[in-house]
Formats: sequence, structure tokens, C-alpha cells
Amino acid sequence: MLKDFRQSILVSIWFVFLTFPLMVVRVNTTEQLVEWRWMNLVWVAIGSFILSYLWRYMMARQQAREKVADSGIEKQSKVQLLLEDMSFRYKAMAVLLVFALIFPLVFDTYQSTIMISALIYVVLGLGLNITVGLAGLLDLGYVAFFAVGAYAYALLNYHFGLGFWTVLPVGGILGCLFGVILGFPILRLRGDYLAIVTLGFGMIVKIVLENWDDFSFGPSGIANIDRPGLFGIDMNINGSTTYIYYIMVAMVIFTIFVTMRLRNSRIGRAWIALREDEIACVAMGIDMARTKLSAYALGAFWAGMVGVLFAAKTTFINPASFTFMESAIILSIVVLGGMGSILGVILGAFILILLPEYLRAFSEYRMLAFGAAMVLMMIFRPQGIISNIRQKYEYKGLKEETDNG
Amino acid sequence: MAEKHKLLEVKGLTMDFGGLRAVDSVSLEVHEGEIAALIGPNGAGKTTFFNCITGIYTPTKGDILLHPKGLESRRLNGLKPNKVTEMGLARTFQNIRLFHDMTVLENVMIGRHCRTTSGILHSILRGKAVREEEQQIVETSYQLLEKVGLAEFTNEFSKNLPYGAQRRLEIARALATEPFLLLLDEPAAGMNPQETADLDHLICKISEEEQIAILLIEHDMKLVMNISNPIYVMEYGKKIAEGAPQQIKDNPKVIEAYLGEETDA
Ligand SMILES: Nc1ncnc2c1ncn2[C@@H]1O[C@H](COP(=O)(O)OP(=O)(O)OP(=O)(O)O)[C@@H](O)[C@H]1O
Ligand SMILES: [Mg+2]
Repeated sequence: MLKDFRQSILVSIWFVFLTFPLMVVRVNTTEQLVEWRWMNLVWVAIGSFILSYLWRYMMARQQAREKVADSGIEKQSKVQLLLEDMSFRYKAMAVLLVFALIFPLVFDTYQSTIMISALIYVVLGLGLNITVGLAGLLDLGYVAFFAVGAYAYALLNYHFGLGFWTVLPVGGILGCLFGVILGFPILRLRGDYLAIVTLGFGMIVKIVLENWDDFSFGPSGIANIDRPGLFGIDMNINGSTTYIYYIMVAMVIFTIFVTMRLRNSRIGRAWIALREDEIACVAMGIDMARTKLSAYALGAFWAGMVGVLFAAKTTFINPASFTFMESAIILSIVVLGGMGSILGVILGAFILILLPEYLRAFSEYRMLAFGAAMVLMMIFRPQGIISNIRQKYEYKGLKEETDNG
Repeated sequence: MAEKHKLLEVKGLTMDFGGLRAVDSVSLEVHEGEIAALIGPNGAGKTTFFNCITGIYTPTKGDILLHPKGLESRRLNGLKPNKVTEMGLARTFQNIRLFHDMTVLENVMIGRHCRTTSGILHSILRGKAVREEEQQIVETSYQLLEKVGLAEFTNEFSKNLPYGAQRRLEIARALATEPFLLLLDEPAAGMNPQETADLDHLICKISEEEQIAILLIEHDMKLVMNISNPIYVMEYGKKIAEGAPQQIKDNPKVIEAYLGEETDA
């Protein structure tokens, strides 16, 4: 303790010394004066001391935890235990659902709009979670599938006047198709190579959209896309936003439901096994090609579907919405939330999308904060906010048998 | 006495890694009901031989023929590992390859994958058939855990198991694929004498009760001489001897190979 204290004081003195010329001395050239801002020195000293002490404290805790983990008995955090309690989970879900349903009644349209974009990212995160979190296949071009869905709706609507509900499944299926198209050439790739090819795929889709004017109208994009219809009822902007909000809530619930079922199925187990050890996986009779392709296709499905909704919500799309940055943010959501954990990904999406919305003042530092958060996360909680909770299987019949025997 | 059914027939198997000939025209046969052993000094090419048979490597030359009972024979060369497993040939790994972040039960459940059928759409809808199949997977896997003596660890993460238990879990996982021939790569490595004795017992039990033929690689001579017949000996990629335990013990070439290794070390 005392040692940490002393070290932190040294660090703070060192920082004061380093930042002295920058923070304290200022030459006022107009009045030929040198200003001494001594208060800044105090702030730097206190700030760096606190940060340094906090850092040391966290590191010590981390090491203690690692020691416990090494000794074999892993202690689960209280939150984790609470989450495994089923009755608590149901209650929490009910509360959340009620909150989600009354949200647009309580808050104004602006809040609903923000919420819609957060929910879009929840679906995107959950989709990518299948590919990256469960099957362990890196995908840096995920936003391409989102673009496929959005452009599918925009173009079908523009040329043929097809409606939102007709195109919604089409977008999902097109996403799937592109997932398979991306999946085929990279079946044998791993690690860095996978990263490069998926990154390239994302870029290619964007560049095609930007340059193939006849097809996608180039950088100027497509405007006046129809909003989702409700039995031909005319709605004003507010009504339509609320409507989209409810569609989005339904879509999130649908996504959670399906990904949950998939994760706890025969296919889901195969994905996780594939992530853990490819060679053992094939040696146990799992078809690697088929499993990988299904992971890419099912991951892409959600992006395609939610892409349709995105186009309907903004009524205008152009390639600028589908940059690598978007892929990076979705990937951050998955990694930050906890690879493979559905609840974690949902939390991650809300944190990463809502925080920057409400902290507009700091929006310039958004990427910096993302980076810092990721680095800290990797050091202190590499498994993400919420680590994957394993399903407990029942084998009652057998237990009774052995008890009797 | 009737001739025993031949399950696996390897003829002149050769495997090159660049200039290195890791396996040099090795021939070997495993018959129904046998516990065959493949022994040899470190680096003799035993694991490579297994990898060729199970489809992880494609052999440079030679034939690997599988003759399942009552089914058509198949040539395994170039077949993907999962196809080989589907045909009824399962294996364990020398350097344990469990799925560490899955529970013990789930590890075995993975082995059931190739014997079950629920597809993506059915898994999402989770109808009666799928639920029944899932329950069947769980029950079968649990029974296998009981068989290898790991029932107490069912919901434990596999990475938290003691070493000996991990090796037995690998065997349970391989058994879940319903093989008729089981390949074990150094199943006793890193085990203490008590664990080795238990393993000895387990292997005999599998062979007798399940009618599964076994081919094992092992350095523990006591275990090998105890339970296996015939024994094949490899050195520098070549097969140098084969026969019953007593013949192997007295074979001057084998003695030289093993003594030679000791003087080298
Ligand atoms: N993938 C590979 N690429 C190149 N060389 C390899 C490869 N795998 C094995 N070898 C070489 O082939 C030879 C045989 O290796 P192998 O692992 O089959 O030996 P082993 O008999 O299983 O030995 P041990 O008893 O130590 O397990 C060794 O010289 C090894 O270096
Ligand atoms: Mg070996």
C-alpha cells in the first residue's frame, strides 16, 4: 500500500515536471508577458496521482484474481451469479419489456430516434456475435451486409415500388447469400489473413456502391425511400418514428429469441467447438466448411434485415453510411460486451451508441475514448462485460437411476 | 478357429514433409476385437501415422482401407477428417485437444454431432423431434461420462479438470461418435501409476463391452505389454517389428532401437 502511494507520488511529480512548460508557462505575445498558471500545476499533480494510484490498485486486484483463477477454483462475480438465477432473469426481462414499450409515450421523438439507432446496433451486434463471438471467425467487413440490406430496399423500392414488409425478408436472405459468398473463399484462412480478406470485402462493397453509378446512383445516394407502411394509414413524422421504434423493438426480441435458440442447439455447440479448436472439431465429425458457412450466413442475415429498416428509417442512404468505422464499432460492441454473450452484446451496444449520443460535447474524442476503453478492457476484463454463461443440462432420469442403484 | 474380420488395413503408407520422410511405407492391420499397439522412440512417426489415417494429413503414398462390418470397404486417402469419423473411426490426441471453455458434458455432446441431424431451421423452431433429440444427446453423453468415471465433473469447465481426467474425457468424446475402431495417441502420458492402472482397465472394458477395436500409441511399456496384442514397432518412420508382446520383447532390433535411444539421451 505504502509502496503504491510513494510510487504514485513519484509519477505525479514526474508528470508535473513533464507538463510544466505546456500547462503552466504561457507567453502572452501581445503584451510581452509571461503568465504563470500555478493552478494548472496543482490539477496535473492531483489528477495524475489519482489516476496512477487507481491504475496500481486495479492491477493488483487483477493479479490477485489471476492467482485465484490459476488455483483452479474460479469465483464468479456477484453479477454473474445473479444473472444465472432464472427467476431474477424473468423479472428483469419483464421490467425491461415494459420500459421498452412505454418509452415513446414518455419521451419525445428525438429520444425515440436515438433509441432506434441503438436498437439497430443491438441487432447488428447480435448478428456479428454469431460469426465472431460464437464461431470465432473474425469479420472486419460486417457493415457490407448492412449495406446490402439497405440498398436492396432502396433499389427495389425505387424501381419497383416494393414495400418495407415485402423487402424485409428479402434483405435478410440477400445478407445470407452475401455471407456465403464471403465465406467460400476464406474457409481455409485464419487469423491475420481472415482479417485482411474480410476487411477487403467490406471495402469492395463500399467502392462498388460509390462508383457503379447506373446501379447505385454513386455517392449521391438514393433519396425518398418509403417509410414502413401500416395498412396504408398516413402518418406524420412523429407517428412514423414511433411506429419504426416498435418495429425495431419487435425485431430485437426476435433476434434475441433466435440467437438464443441457435446458441443452445446442435449447430450452436458446433460453432463454439469450432472457435475453441478447429482440428479437434473436425476430428469429432463436424463438417468445417458447412459450419463456417452457416456462421457467416446466419450472422449476415441480421445485418441484411436491419439494413432494410435502416433505409426505411432514414429515407435516404448513400455509401458514406457504410464505412469501415461502422464495422469497427460493431466489432467493438461484440468484444466489449463479451464474445458469445447475448446480454453482454446488448449492453455493449447501448453503452457504445448511447453514451456518445448523450455526451455530444465530447464527440470529437469519441474514437479516442473507444480506443482507450478497448485497451483497458483487454487488460482488466478480457472476457468482456459479461462473460458467456453456459447452459446447464438436465439429466434427471439418469440421476435417479444411479441414486437407486 | 475362424479368421477374424479385418477392420483397418494400411498398405505401404508413406508421408513426406518436404525432404523429411516421417512415415516410410508402413503396413499395418487391425482386426475385430483386437487391442493393437504402435510403439517406437520419440519422433518415430507414430502421431504422423495416426494423422494420415484420420484424414488430418493426406499421405504421400500408400493405401488406407477401412472394412466396416457388413458395409462396403472404403479407401480413406484424402478423405476429410469428419468423413473418416463418420465412417466409424475416432481418435484422441497426444497433446490434449479438449474444448476448454465448454463444460465436460458439452465436450461429449460435440461427439454426438455427426450422429444427430437437427438442422438450423428446426433448431430455431425447436419442435418435439428436436427437443427429444437434444435430450437423447444429453443422456447418451452423461452415460459415457459415467462409463469413464467423470460423472462428478459433468458441469465443470473441461479446462479445470485434472490431467488424467482430461485424457479420459477425450476418450469419452471419441466414444460419443460411435466408432468401431478407436485410435488412442498416448492415452497414459502424464498419468500416475494409479491413473494408468485405471486407464488399463477402461481400455479393456471398452474393447470387451462395446466391441470396439483399439489401436493405441503408448510409451508406457507395462501398459502396452499388459493389454495389447499385436504390437507394431516403428523407428525413423519405418516399421521394424510386429508380433505378440513376447516376440517384441525378445526382438534384437527393438531392443537396439530402445537402447540406442537411451544412449543418445
Ligand atoms: N507437420 C509437420 N511438418 C513437418 N514435420 C513434421 C510434422 N509433423 C511431424 N513432423 C516430423 O515428423 C517426425 C515424426 O513425428 P511424430 O510426431 O509423428 O513422432 P512420434 O512418433 O509421434 O513421436 P512422439 O513419441 O514424441 O510423439 C518428427 O521428426 C517430426 O519433427
Ligand atoms: Mg506422437
